[in-house]
Amino acid sequence: MNSVDVTMALVVGGLFTAGFHLMLQRSLMRIVFGFILLGHGTNLLLLVVGGSPGRPPVLDGEETAPTADPLPQAMALTAIVITFGLTVFLVALAYRSWRLSGHDEVRDDVEDRRIGTARERARNEPGPEHDAHGTTNGGNR
Amino acid sequence: MLFLLAAYAGVAAAIPWWQRRLGRAVWTVAALVPLATVVWASTRAAGVLDGGDYRESLSWAPSLGLTIDLRLDALSLLMLWIVAGVGALVLLYCRYYVERDTGRQAARLLAFAGTMTGLVLADNLLVLYVFWELTTVASFLLIEGRGERQEERRAARQALLVTTAGGLVMLLGFIMLGQTAGTYRVSEILADPPRGGTVSAAVVLVLIGAFAKSGQMPLHGWLPAAMVAPTPVSAYLHAAAMVKAGVYLVARLAPALAEVPPWRPMVFAVGLTTMVLAAWRALRATDLKLLLAYGTISELGLLTALLGAGTRTAALAGTVMLLAHAAFKAALFLTVGILDHQTGTRDIRELSGARHRMPVLCAVAVLAAASMAGLPPLLGFVGKEATLEAFWYGTGIGPHQLLGVAVVIGSALTVAYAARFVSGAFGGRPNAVVEEAERPAPGFVAPVAVLSAAGLVLGVGYAATSAVATAYADVYPPGPHGPYELALWHGFTPVLGLSALTLLLGGLVHTVGRDTWTVPRLPDAQRVFDHATAGLDRLATVVTRHTQVGSLPVYLTVLLATLVAVPGVALAAAAPSPGSPPLWWSPVEPFLAVVILAAAAAVVSARHRLTGVLLAGAVGYGVAAVFLVRGAPDLALTQFLVETMTLVMVVFVLRRMPPRFGTGRTGRRARLARAAVAGAVGVLVTCFALVASAARTAPAISADYARRAAETGAKNIVNAIIVDFRALDTVGEISVLLVTAIGVISLVRVPGAEQRIPGGGSGGTFPTAHWDEPVRTWLPGADERSGGERSVLLEVATRLLFPSILLFSLFLLFSGHYRPGGGFSGGLVAGLAFVLRYLVGGRADLGAAARVPAGVVAGTGLLLAAGVGLAPLAFGGVPLESALVTVRPPVLGTVEIATSLFFDVGVYLLVVGVVLKLLSGVGVALEHDGTPADEESEGSTR
Repeated sequence: MNSVDVTMALVVGGLFTAGFHLMLQRSLMRIVFGFILLGHGTNLLLLVVGGSPGRPPVLDGEETAPTADPLPQAMALTAIVITFGLTVFLVALAYRSWRLSGHDEVRDDVEDRRIGTARERARNEPGPEHDAHGTTNGGNR
Repeated sequence: MLFLLAAYAGVAAAIPWWQRRLGRAVWTVAALVPLATVVWASTRAAGVLDGGDYRESLSWAPSLGLTIDLRLDALSLLMLWIVAGVGALVLLYCRYYVERDTGRQAARLLAFAGTMTGLVLADNLLVLYVFWELTTVASFLLIEGRGERQEERRAARQALLVTTAGGLVMLLGFIMLGQTAGTYRVSEILADPPRGGTVSAAVVLVLIGAFAKSGQMPLHGWLPAAMVAPTPVSAYLHAAAMVKAGVYLVARLAPALAEVPPWRPMVFAVGLTTMVLAAWRALRATDLKLLLAYGTISELGLLTALLGAGTRTAALAGTVMLLAHAAFKAALFLTVGILDHQTGTRDIRELSGARHRMPVLCAVAVLAAASMAGLPPLLGFVGKEATLEAFWYGTGIGPHQLLGVAVVIGSALTVAYAARFVSGAFGGRPNAVVEEAERPAPGFVAPVAVLSAAGLVLGVGYAATSAVATAYADVYPPGPHGPYELALWHGFTPVLGLSALTLLLGGLVHTVGRDTWTVPRLPDAQRVFDHATAGLDRLATVVTRHTQVGSLPVYLTVLLATLVAVPGVALAAAAPSPGSPPLWWSPVEPFLAVVILAAAAAVVSARHRLTGVLLAGAVGYGVAAVFLVRGAPDLALTQFLVETMTLVMVVFVLRRMPPRFGTGRTGRRARLARAAVAGAVGVLVTCFALVASAARTAPAISADYARRAAETGAKNIVNAIIVDFRALDTVGEISVLLVTAIGVISLVRVPGAEQRIPGGGSGGTFPTAHWDEPVRTWLPGADERSGGERSVLLEVATRLLFPSILLFSLFLLFSGHYRPGGGFSGGLVAGLAFVLRYLVGGRADLGAAARVPAGVVAGTGLLLAAGVGLAPLAFGGVPLESALVTVRPPVLGTVEIATSLFFDVGVYLLVVGVVLKLLSGVGVALEHDGTPADEESEGSTR
């Protein structure tokens, strides 16, 4: 019993492809766009895979055609509203990054790399480290 | 027994407070708990020594088979006496020894005593393991002390690492043992020992844990290092109690497992090697504590061999030696503590002639050392006789005479280091160090004297000792020569000759080695540990360097590639049937699909922020249309509204940002890799959607919801699910929504902006705080913008439209139970009405429209939803239960109201509040916010 049709499966797959492709970029704005597309794709996936389509699930006395499955609808509804909240949150994050560092790009985490070279640095520069911060924040201002 | 453990925990927790009032007397209070333990154990002794036992059990998680089983038998009784008796004496001794941190040290020592009590009483392997690790933790805290010196921290860490690693290995063994035996109760395993290959593996693992705890070679390095701890701690943990835990475990399990193949070779090889080598090493030490530490390792080796041997005589000897060792080694450690405390040194080369200055202490120490050397009539002698008997005439032990030779050598070395201890600590002429030392207070020496005297009393009164020791040893059958009896005098036997030989040899080693004070050096286990930890550190760095490259796209690519590789390959391997899906459900779908996919592709190539947002919005509207086509009008409505709201909010933020965004410098190969990974995920999701939907076998549970919708008074089943059937989901969801709104507000506030207004107060930084300023004019936004930017017609129309939109939102809210709508869509519509007021009339007009702070609205909504959810509890119902109430208002006739409606009202209020909050955050707050360019110029002038 298929509740999904080929067209919808392709749409969901297309939204995931576009969404993830954008998420793999460095610009925070494109990551936000990717997140929005992924949100749409996921909500759609939830609905089309979760249950069969049909007449709106409202009881109005005339039980002629089969109704659509209401449970995935309720779940997708909450998911839509949460996606909204998270999208605005991400945009605010991009805005903050741009305000603080002058760009909204996801640069490589310098701290991560420093962990890998901790031993060499400890050998080469015996003094205490002063430059642990400041390389990521405000360096480009 | 449970009350004993509770008493330890309770008093240990309370001691730091009592210490402030009682001062040093708190040690006496602390000692009362172990003293009470000794007394309690003695009242039970008669029954236990007759072969009975005493059990208690506390159910903890019975469904998992986890119960705290405690059992007092002969072995536990002996250990309890040692642990509590030595513990009480050490605590009394600390009154004179510990100079600072009294409360903390007392609490830790007492907590340790409690965990040790639990360990020896545990009758469940898992409970035993928990107490085992708790003693390790307590030991870590006690060795570390204040953690001020690197040496202390290092020693504490080493003890923790070695014993915890051993403990984990042991846990593995316990689980294998418990699973094979079908029970984790020690008494049941002892009664019906499991057999088989798994048990052999378990034996190896359990013994490794026991060896690590008891400092057996080659895992002994932590014990000498732990000598940086205060001497009472060393005396208690590293001589009498904690290190005995491993030996105790060996003694506990030997009756069941001694016959399992690798048990005997392991305990003999490790135990006796440790005995000889550690005793040898003790002869090199010049630090008295180090000498005793190696002596302890040596004695523990002997105890491991004896208690693990699994014969009656060996068990008897082991039990006696256990008791003797606890008494004399604790006494000797405490002696060193007094010497160290009074003279400031514990080095053999600096101490000289202390016997003249502290004759009483000297006498006490000599008595203890004599017991260690095995001189009659002390308990050590009784133990040594039994030991030699056990190995010399050992039956069922294999090469017992060879082992006997090893024991003779080890005992001779023990005599030698005992002599070295006495002559090193007290011999020679008095020097300046000793002359200036104060005599120790009588109360300081008294606990040491009690311990030394115990060796004499128990030796002379060997009958009493025998009663306790035989109660344990009788689990083994007697040997062919009949049961061995403990005695001071067995007549002129070969064993007596061997005993004399050890004294002779020991004396010889001592006198010959005396001139040089050096014996050949042995390889150091300490260096192995150092290399191992340093190597582990290096490995961690290498792994970090190769896995933590710090690039988000790389991490995400790896994650997605894993998603494709693992579940994707599994999906392909299972090759499930995708069924026979129709091409489309409705002929409109293909057109919508083209719109959605084209818009999505356009988003990917968009370079303008606004273009991207609008295209993403187009995708959203397209998805909303799909919802409508597939029979989900509620979803479609919400999606339309949410999409609009998203557009508005995102544009509010974007107006402060540059129109274009950088695309980043990415190599061709990286771009191809990203496209490939994204494409693969898309294909995977498409296949998953087809297969998952075809694989469904169970009928949808929503058929039940449709049947029961009448109970909720609803006709719209989706709404019934949201506010009634699955209301808990909704409560969680609206909480998340509120949290993200708060997050957005804090994100858009930039700290730099606040610094620019010195002393401006919180109100000055947040323009929305001016909402409540008096509003006089009908169109308050009039003086905000110049006339050219305004449209009076639009402002007036908005004013007139605003109540109608709000009314429509209320209609959606209240009709949601019967037709598409509900709290979410109603709230969004109302939110859009406020957005309209703000867009057209500016922030002052928004202030006029929304007179209640956004946080209050949202908070009221959440409270209302939670309150409605919890209210049924007051009427004896379950949370989130709803009821139908019939009311007869005068005009409307009979109206049926579901209580879940109020829940929906809460959702409505929360959504409105969140929208207002976001509006104030990303709309109003950003309106007068400086750009980085402004800041830069300001920063340069500052």
